[in-house]
Amino acid sequence: MDIPYTVEVRRDTGLNNGKIGIWLFLASEVMLFGALFASYILIRVGSPSWPRGDTILDVPLATFNTIVLISSSVTMVMAWASLMRRQFGKFRIYMGATILFGLVFLIVKYFEYSHHFAIGEYPSHNNFLAVYYTLTGLHMLHVIGGMVVNAYFWGPGAKLYQTNPVWFTNRVEHSGLFWHFVDLVWIFLFPTLYLL
Amino acid sequence: MSHPTGVDHHKPHAAHEVHHEELGFWRKYVFSTDHKVIGIQYAVTGMLFLLFGFVLMMLMRWNLAYPGVPLPIIGTLFGDARMPGGTMLPEFYNELGAMHGTIMVFLGVVPLAVGGFGNFVLPLQIGAPDMAFPKINMMSYWCLFLGGITMLGSFFVPGGAAQSGWTSYTPLSVIAGSGQTWWLVGMIFLITSSLLGALNFLTTTIQLRAKGLTFMRFPFFVWAQFVTSFLLLLAFPPLEAAGVMQLMDRVAGTSFFMPSGLVVSGQVLANAGGGNTVLWQHLFWFLAHPEVYVLILPAMGIVAEIIANNTRKPLWGYRAMVYSIVFLGFVSFIVWAHHMFMTGMGTAMAAFFQTTTMIISIPSIVILTSLMLSLWGGSIRFNTPMLFAVAFLPMFGIGGLTGLPLGLNISDIPLHDTYYVIAHFHYVVAPGTIFALFAGIYYWYPKATGRMMNETLGRIHFWGSLVMMNVVFMPMFIVGLAGVSRRLFDAGSAYDFAQPVMQWNVVSSWGAWLMGIFQIPFIFNFFWSIRNGKTVSANPWEATTIEWAAPSPPPHGNFAVEPQAYRGPYEYSVPGAAKDFTPQHEAT
Repeated sequence: MDIPYTVEVRRDTGLNNGKIGIWLFLASEVMLFGALFASYILIRVGSPSWPRGDTILDVPLATFNTIVLISSSVTMVMAWASLMRRQFGKFRIYMGATILFGLVFLIVKYFEYSHHFAIGEYPSHNNFLAVYYTLTGLHMLHVIGGMVVNAYFWGPGAKLYQTNPVWFTNRVEHSGLFWHFVDLVWIFLFPTLYLL
Repeated sequence: MSHPTGVDHHKPHAAHEVHHEELGFWRKYVFSTDHKVIGIQYAVTGMLFLLFGFVLMMLMRWNLAYPGVPLPIIGTLFGDARMPGGTMLPEFYNELGAMHGTIMVFLGVVPLAVGGFGNFVLPLQIGAPDMAFPKINMMSYWCLFLGGITMLGSFFVPGGAAQSGWTSYTPLSVIAGSGQTWWLVGMIFLITSSLLGALNFLTTTIQLRAKGLTFMRFPFFVWAQFVTSFLLLLAFPPLEAAGVMQLMDRVAGTSFFMPSGLVVSGQVLANAGGGNTVLWQHLFWFLAHPEVYVLILPAMGIVAEIIANNTRKPLWGYRAMVYSIVFLGFVSFIVWAHHMFMTGMGTAMAAFFQTTTMIISIPSIVILTSLMLSLWGGSIRFNTPMLFAVAFLPMFGIGGLTGLPLGLNISDIPLHDTYYVIAHFHYVVAPGTIFALFAGIYYWYPKATGRMMNETLGRIHFWGSLVMMNVVFMPMFIVGLAGVSRRLFDAGSAYDFAQPVMQWNVVSSWGAWLMGIFQIPFIFNFFWSIRNGKTVSANPWEATTIEWAAPSPPPHGNFAVEPQAYRGPYEYSVPGAAKDFTPQHEAT
């Protein structure tokens, strides 16, 4: 028994199952981060004083990380576009680059975190740091999740390309949608935490 | 997995067929990807947890009826830490109360109504071979399972399970014992499970419906599950966010929900402070109000199916019901703060939430009225599912109408946090939703097993439950209107004003225990009928919806031929037709 519309598109909806699934998932992710941002706003406006992000956090480092993540989004699109043109070798290169950019992001984040820990700035220190660690920590988990999925498609998952290239291309597209979402969350996190 | 990979490459289709027949016990019954097996797993898990939650409540009812009196025999089993000499400690009562709520809502009703009926019935009703993502479906069940194990395990950690109510209000929940951390971790599993389930249901409904099955030809149950899934998808993540923040407060010592200068037992707490306690309530109720509709909408869907089938006529006002349920889904996101009038919100905010609350009662009433009017002029068959479905209507009606005074700020303030509230929402969920779930079990049991459940036992179960439900919950209105607060472990026996109504607690408690006894025929019937029930054909109820086109029980892949929908879902007693039902899937 095969599930219909895993690969081919259903005529009246114009979509395959995976595309709907990933967009619905992203809708719920919007609600997750939306609730966290809303809580951040509420706690911030309710507190008598709130530090500006750049007095505590390292803006140049975060700017670098922003550039890294945006680049990874570009290579993600290139990876998918290579598959659309059936250029598997190029896909491997671009997908590898995407994963690598993710890794660079995590390493930078590690140095940021360990610097704060070293000077005793733990989440319990104040609510600014509580918000900072919770939001960036949850975002980091998403980055790791995206990297795991991408690494699977770079490695063992790529076997599917031999038997069903269309399906494989769709899967990479869906994982790309998730990756862009994770980028987008950072695009919101960067100004609201580091600059404002 | 045992055959050489070469077979897979050359004949993927043939290999698939062979592969399915080779499934061993574990893949077939335990780690199955078949929506029917997963549905039954969900349903059985849900029923076990309902029973467990009910047992917790029966224990609580002892101390409410006879405060401070040692519970004979059973009481001694819980040890000196919980019931020294058989007398219940307040901490144990709180544990039971918090876990009763949590288990009933998140591990009982939702897994049975959404996971169980949704998984089993929905793909069949839309003529699909399975869910859109079978592996995610399996994962969703096992997340629930882990969440359930975490919740059960929390009873055995030092200090016991969570004690802060199913609402886990801060700041008390932040400074509570380690059971609360387990509760939060368990909730994160349960939320993940719901999330995976919800996106699977939505994708399945949109993509895998049979040819010709347009949205306005959906059985009402499919609509109910569709709206429910949207609520689960969009309302649960904020609670997940809140859960993460509470976990941070508890584990990392942050102060998201902890205000400055909080004094506990004469000591100022040493945290950073500056957090917002009411924020938790907002995030919690932003989930938990839509959650109320998650509990009731599938029930309405089940009742609609059974009423149409047993009155042998189309549902009255199908379109109005569909528009109402969609409208209900949207508005359920903007009524949450009517649970929070006691926080002392400003009049402008209270006015907004009162207005939306009054508005949301309209679609509920439209649906209930349509179901009532559907009975009019029908030649009703009173079988067990129909008895439960018909009883749902007045019971849910009582629950709904007694909710109106709670939706208005001015009348909510004296009533809130009294037994009145308990009576109100239990009328919605217990004789409301749970009766609908029983109706659904009796109705679809022949589809799942190929056998009928016993009618006589079903009737004993029904009448016993109906009477006892009212014996349990009607007195709570009286107790509540007398002003007795809920959550008091001694039922308020320390207060003078509570004395005149104390004897009603005894009535409620005996009602609960007798209701427990009336569940025995059901449990026996459920297992006995698997082997001994009357065998049935594909369509024993002479129903019109597509699930009855599949054999009973349906094989892997469900339908022998791919079904197609030719008409609306409830073509009963069509004038001039040869028989009194014209199935959706039969070409004239």
